[in-house]
Amino acid sequence: MASFPYPSPTLSLPNQSGTECRDVPHVLAVDDNLIDRKIIQTLLTNSSCRVTTVENGMRALEYLGLIEDQPNSTATMASGVNLIITDYCMPGMTGYELLKKIKGSSLLKEVPVVVVSSENVPTRIHKCLEEGAQMFMLKPLKQSDMNKLRCHLMNHGS
Amino acid sequence: MDALQLRKQLIEYTAELFSEGFLDEQFTQLQQLQDETNPNFVVEVVSLFFQDSERLLNELAKSLSQQEIDFKKIDAYVHQLKGSSSSVGAHRVQRSCISFRDFCNAKNIEGCLECLQKVKQEYSLIKDKLETFFDLEQRLSATGGSPPLP
Repeated sequence: MASFPYPSPTLSLPNQSGTECRDVPHVLAVDDNLIDRKIIQTLLTNSSCRVTTVENGMRALEYLGLIEDQPNSTATMASGVNLIITDYCMPGMTGYELLKKIKGSSLLKEVPVVVVSSENVPTRIHKCLEEGAQMFMLKPLKQSDMNKLRCHLMNHGS
Repeated sequence: MDALQLRKQLIEYTAELFSEGFLDEQFTQLQQLQDETNPNFVVEVVSLFFQDSERLLNELAKSLSQQEIDFKKIDAYVHQLKGSSSSVGAHRVQRSCISFRDFCNAKNIEGCLECLQKVKQEYSLIKDKLETFFDLEQRLSATGGSPPLP
């Protein structure tokens, strides 16, 4: 039976003053679910991150510049992303497959990848962590999950 | 009705939605994400949920009326609906999706059809209740009354 929960503290990060975009962590969120994309966008924005959302693994790879035949793909985009959050269950390329591609890329392998899923499957979790995922989180995501993410953001800024 | 009465009504209605299991803590999470920079967040997410659910329910009805039933496809739709309902805190819709997936795995058409009816019912209920909730919020806001904290 659901009871009235107390509000959880909002994640507050030190204010990144200055106009340099580089000081604000840039997170790429990958999820085929429209509602989840909107929620992760707001959760991350409220945690002072810049967010780009894409709806599948292919788009993520394109964005990151891993698809060679993209005329506008730039290696700099890849280095501009500080964290990738991906859903596990997606049609086409799963989050696990995306994780493998990222970790297999010399350009991107240092970028932390967090995998999220609505299903708590130990073998799935283990598989992702073995493949180099920084963390595995259960959906639905909450504000308190953003605190955990913060620890895994790469050093950014100059 | 004045602001105080409306406020009281909203608080009571909200408490009912939680105690009857229509909404769960995830809905509260969404309310807490709403602020001056994002004042319509909850309505926006819920609207997306309504649109997406209606699409999925239509697809499910279509898929279950085919000669050759594609259970994998149906499972994928139910998985999406389960995910969305979970993300907005629509607890009873989410629960009804769980049994649906079990029948899918068992390739039980009758079971699936029953579940579809159940999911549609729960969806219809939560849609109605959330629309009432938003209406109360709007009316309270129109009187200048301060909204209750989630």
